[in-house]
Amino acid sequence: MTSDNDRRRGLLARLRGRPAARSRGRRRLGAAVRLLAALMLAGGAYTAFAPSVQAQDTPMSSAATDGKALFNESCVSCHGRNAQGVEGRGPSLVGVGSASVEFQVGTGRMPMVRQEAQAPRKPPVFNDDEIRQLGQYIQELGGGPEVPAGEDLHKGGNLAAGGELFRINCSQCHAFGGGGGALSSGKYAPTLKPATDRQIYAAMLSGPQNMPVFGDNQITPEQKADIIAYIQETLNHNQDPGGFNLGRYGPSTEGLAIFLVGIVALVFTTLWIAGKS
Amino acid sequence: MKRRKFEMAAVPGNVARGVDDRFQVATPLRRLLNKVFPDHWSFLLGEIALFSFVILLLTGVFLTFFYEPAMTEVLYNGSYAPLRGTPMSAAYASSLDITFDVRGGLIMRQMHHWAALLFMAAIVVHMLRVFFTGAFRKPREANWIIGSLLFWVGFLAGFTGYSLPDDGLSGTGLRIASGIMLSIPVIGSWLTSSIFDGEFPGTIIISRFYIAHVLLIPGLLLALIGAHLGLVFKQKHTQWPGPGRTNDNVVGERMFPRYALKQGGFFMVVFGVVALMAGLFQINPIWLFGPYEAWVVSAASQPDWYVMFLDGSTRLMPAWEIYIPIGDGYVIPPLFWPTVVLPGVLVGMSVLYPFIEARRLKDYRHHNLLQRPRDVPARSGLGAMAVTFYLVLALSGANDVIADKFNISLNAMTWGGRIGLLLLPPLAYYVTYRICLGLQQHDREVLAHGVETGIIRRLPDGRFVEVHQPLHREDGELEYVGWVVPKKMNRLGALGPAIRGFFYPIEKPAEAPVSPAPPVDSETERSEITSGERR
Repeated sequence: MTSDNDRRRGLLARLRGRPAARSRGRRRLGAAVRLLAALMLAGGAYTAFAPSVQAQDTPMSSAATDGKALFNESCVSCHGRNAQGVEGRGPSLVGVGSASVEFQVGTGRMPMVRQEAQAPRKPPVFNDDEIRQLGQYIQELGGGPEVPAGEDLHKGGNLAAGGELFRINCSQCHAFGGGGGALSSGKYAPTLKPATDRQIYAAMLSGPQNMPVFGDNQITPEQKADIIAYIQETLNHNQDPGGFNLGRYGPSTEGLAIFLVGIVALVFTTLWIAGKS
Repeated sequence: MKRRKFEMAAVPGNVARGVDDRFQVATPLRRLLNKVFPDHWSFLLGEIALFSFVILLLTGVFLTFFYEPAMTEVLYNGSYAPLRGTPMSAAYASSLDITFDVRGGLIMRQMHHWAALLFMAAIVVHMLRVFFTGAFRKPREANWIIGSLLFWVGFLAGFTGYSLPDDGLSGTGLRIASGIMLSIPVIGSWLTSSIFDGEFPGTIIISRFYIAHVLLIPGLLLALIGAHLGLVFKQKHTQWPGPGRTNDNVVGERMFPRYALKQGGFFMVVFGVVALMAGLFQINPIWLFGPYEAWVVSAASQPDWYVMFLDGSTRLMPAWEIYIPIGDGYVIPPLFWPTVVLPGVLVGMSVLYPFIEARRLKDYRHHNLLQRPRDVPARSGLGAMAVTFYLVLALSGANDVIADKFNISLNAMTWGGRIGLLLLPPLAYYVTYRICLGLQQHDREVLAHGVETGIIRRLPDGRFVEVHQPLHREDGELEYVGWVVPKKMNRLGALGPAIRGFFYPIEKPAEAPVSPAPPVDSETERSEITSGERR
């Protein structure tokens, strides 16, 4: 008793036998229920599987959550949502690590006052806790270099080795006395005078602004301690045995001094002597 | 036998008579001691250089006792901790020892360096005085040339001395010097390898520079200074025009006692200023530069100030390389022009200037009287032009320090220097020329109409006029004689004697007489003070 009509019906319907004729309203209702069920199935499967992608990360620490809040207030305009950067304004911060945050925010360079060749050092906007929270957020966001714990990072550093490394790696830009120097187009290497151990370490790790990165495979942590020891104990701390150092700008200020002090004093002397005739 | 009474007061006379009996020195010595020197503050500038040279000799001899001119590699083990255990040349190690371990070594080093800077600075200031007053004119062209040579020999002395400590900075300078020598076409590589005995840096350059610095160059300097002073003696010093002073006499003080005492005192002051600067200001901290290594160079590596104009010319020079397709091809590097050609042109121009000026003015007479800079606007303008050119170059030599400390872009400094080097000297010429003309005009005005008294008189018709005090009694104009024209009433004695004393009055100011005072009698006979003998 199979007929053409039967063949056109589905398998389940054929097993069930000839259905009772249903009203048009019931058929429509059934379609709506089936659609609803299918949607719920798809939605349920999505909610079951999709969130599991995020569920692989541990939830952000409370410090990072606070840091994210600070970020969204002060940094988001240039570095973008989730710190992925804004074209032409600020770079992505994914992977720069807390070392970079500690340097840039801790020295007041970030947030910038305006877009210019290079952010200058200024009094920091955030306090230490806030900087730590921001750093934690950036660290948890994309990982990256971190400054080791502790304030004194040059304990046991070898001054002579540090001096040699400093002259090879740092003095080209920061100058022999750590006073800084000019780079092209308004950029510059800043003075090392106000820098703390952690800031120098962070700068070497993260390579801020125009500075190259000196990773741990180029300059080992022990060598970094040597360099910091040389900067802090010899350049920043050492007394100048020869008197006032004239800013340690090399022969430029010495030339200025011989005219402004030496020649001026002696010309006055000539006036005095010749006035006594 | 009666014992003769010993008279203490007669001893100097007896000794002098005894010496003269044997050596017959009284006549030439009297001539020498009676030599007359004109007195003006600007004539003492050259002495600063002379006295700095004496200080250089004294301190330099001290330094040679402890300096070791060798490039042998040693391990430093002195008292400066941040370099202990560092391999370095014996020259650098001994320089550090002079600085930290030899008693008084640091201040001697600093005095030597400051005296060197002062020597060069005084030479330049003295040269400017000679130029702007026309003291180089016939018959003194030879002394002008010797003076110019003294600058360049002093330049060499400074450069070799700068290289001796063999620290990072001096090695950088030496590297640049070798590059400059290499840039000379054809002979460059031969010259460099003969001076360095092979490739830079070699192992002998410090020893060679040492003997040049302590023997050859000082010997040359001494000879040139001797000739310079001998010519001043022979040709006599120039003097400013003024009452009693003519082209054929010298008015001033005798060599002995006044002039000699003054010069002795001045030497003490120069010595004191150098010692003071050496004690107060640190110069060339070689311990911070570290030993020279070819891979070490610091920011703000500058030469001493008198070389800085060459550094500046190098920084401003565009990178124009000239390629000559002969054989395998030949390249003249851009460094050649600012560091070899430019100084060559400068030497030539400074040496030839007296002859150029004489030829241009067709003036071949003897000149023993100086000219005020305002009376020769063209020369003063040229001088201002040269000074401006030099200043732009010298500032460009320090342009990275200026850029950094004044927050200027380094690129802007370079372009500012390039444009300034071309525009500022002509501007300086024009401005100086106009200032000279203005000053001349004012002098003539005062001579014609008198000194401004500051007294305003109201005329019956209501006008106000300032009363001028004429400088002469009769009608007619006074001739300008090339000397200071009084422009204030107290220069005419109207307000009583000027208060004497440098910091405080050494005499009580007299009661001010009623203005105007009787004019100064300029008719008084003034005669030349001579040595009292006929020649």
